[in-house]
Amino acid sequence: MTKQRLKARIIKYFLQSCGSLSIIIVLLIFLFLFKEALPFISEPGIGGLFHSVWNPVSFQKEEFGLLPLITGSVLVTLLATLIAIPFGIIGAVYISEVATAKEREVLKPFIEILAGIPSVVLGFFGLIVVAPLVKDIFGLNTGLTALTGAVLLAFMAIPTIMSISEDAIKSVPIIYKEASLALGASRIETIWKVIVPAALSGIVASVMLGMGRVVGETMAVMMVTGNAPVVSFNPFTSVRTMTATIAAEMGEVTFGSSHYASLFWVGIVLMLMTFVLNLVSYRVLKKYGMIDK
Amino acid sequence: MKNSSVKLTLLLFVLLAFAAAGCSKKDKQTSDNKKSITIKGSDTMVHLMSTLAEAFMKKDASQKVSVTGGGSGTGIAALINGTTDICASSRDMQQKEKDEAKGKNVNPVEQKVAFDGIAIVVNPENTVKEITMEQLKKIYTGAYKNWKELGGPDQSITVLSRESNSGTYVFFQEHVLNKENYAPTVKLMPATSAIVQSVSSDKWSIGYVGLGYTKEGNVKVIPVKKDADAPGVMPTHETVLDKSYPIARPLYLYFNGDPQGSNKVFLDFVLSPEGQKIVDETGYITLK
Repeated sequence: MTKQRLKARIIKYFLQSCGSLSIIIVLLIFLFLFKEALPFISEPGIGGLFHSVWNPVSFQKEEFGLLPLITGSVLVTLLATLIAIPFGIIGAVYISEVATAKEREVLKPFIEILAGIPSVVLGFFGLIVVAPLVKDIFGLNTGLTALTGAVLLAFMAIPTIMSISEDAIKSVPIIYKEASLALGASRIETIWKVIVPAALSGIVASVMLGMGRVVGETMAVMMVTGNAPVVSFNPFTSVRTMTATIAAEMGEVTFGSSHYASLFWVGIVLMLMTFVLNLVSYRVLKKYGMIDK
Repeated sequence: MKNSSVKLTLLLFVLLAFAAAGCSKKDKQTSDNKKSITIKGSDTMVHLMSTLAEAFMKKDASQKVSVTGGGSGTGIAALINGTTDICASSRDMQQKEKDEAKGKNVNPVEQKVAFDGIAIVVNPENTVKEITMEQLKKIYTGAYKNWKELGGPDQSITVLSRESNSGTYVFFQEHVLNKENYAPTVKLMPATSAIVQSVSSDKWSIGYVGLGYTKEGNVKVIPVKKDADAPGVMPTHETVLDKSYPIARPLYLYFNGDPQGSNKVFLDFVLSPEGQKIVDETGYITLK
């Protein structure tokens, strides 16, 4: 009896530690980020982060204002989400409600392939194909703009939005659809007024997850957005995102310098942003009853 | 606390270096008794160094050399942290870096191996014929925003630069911008080939690239004038060597202490007539 209880207890603790592992990892990452970022508070002063010039390599005065990087990431992410939402949701509706079985068999694997394209390949494609296109269509002098980056990121967000939305739409009980059709609603009315609203929480969650993917994406944006650290909400200017800044500059900084610490602040802000995104999508799901209270 | 995190990061670098070395190992048995050389640093020099390394390995099959880029700053940091044998750099070491090296018991020894001219490139359709150093400075610091100000058509200038981890970025800042800051609107490209690509497709852009890259893509090299009265000079072998072309620089290899063993054999090869011939063939300027 006692032996059995001991065994049960060991197994319970083992499972418990497995379950809490991810919490521990997240906490450790936060701790590490703060530990490396901390020296910045005393050395150049935390106020240095709150202005609009990012110029870490200079013979005059190094400046570490995070504002242009934050607005850069926000602008690219919002644009990408706006582009991806209609394609993602309409695509999901088509695949789950309209497409024939054969069409579905062709479409689904291709969406998965789109999700699997390495971002550096997408970035290369962006530099050679999308940037000149954006330049010509909008009559600009250069295609290296926030919009170009957003288009590429939309390519990455669409598969996420599409496949999770599709799951959400599929999980709407068939009786809703039958009832709607029986009451004389047309097929299109049934889709947009009954099925999509019923699946809304899942669709919102899919958009949030798509945004999460977009915020953290590095390579593709680095290749096409021009990386100029300017504060701007104009989609036709070039912007420098937080991820691109970390990727481009981490390799050359000397350990422990102000520049090094400032990059960790960029990391903290980035992590807080994704944290808030996840929190919001969790709240939405809870409100619509997709998660048990 | 601090020490352990530095160690961890170092460990990561070492692992990466192993991974890089592992890729180039064709013959495991010889690499056991003969140390393989790792070269890390300047992106400008990657093409040159890997061509040299290939020729070197062909000549002596027992030697292993692996070359990676990442930028001069990255290479110097790797030499200081002991994760590379040789650092390829397109600028000389700054005092700050020398002090750091001393702190870690690393004694960087510098060796010039070639020269490089930095070419100013524009789109072939651009009508601007030549450019002065003063104009270049004004373009990159943001004082000039329109080609009109240089006697060209009324079009805004798309200014392209390398990322701040590039030796070319720092060299250009020091010698063309007179240590002033780049304008925030300057677009920072992750690689030289990205600059070439953008200049080929954007009619009103300007960029700077190493001489070795001017043969690629659809770009036009424009002559540079030291000042308004001086003649425009094209970057060529002669003009870089006789210093009449104003934006040229030496390319260095850095070693930890005087080069010995495989490192010395490799350096001797680079400086030999055979090695210098490769320097010339890849588009750089030989020492003599």
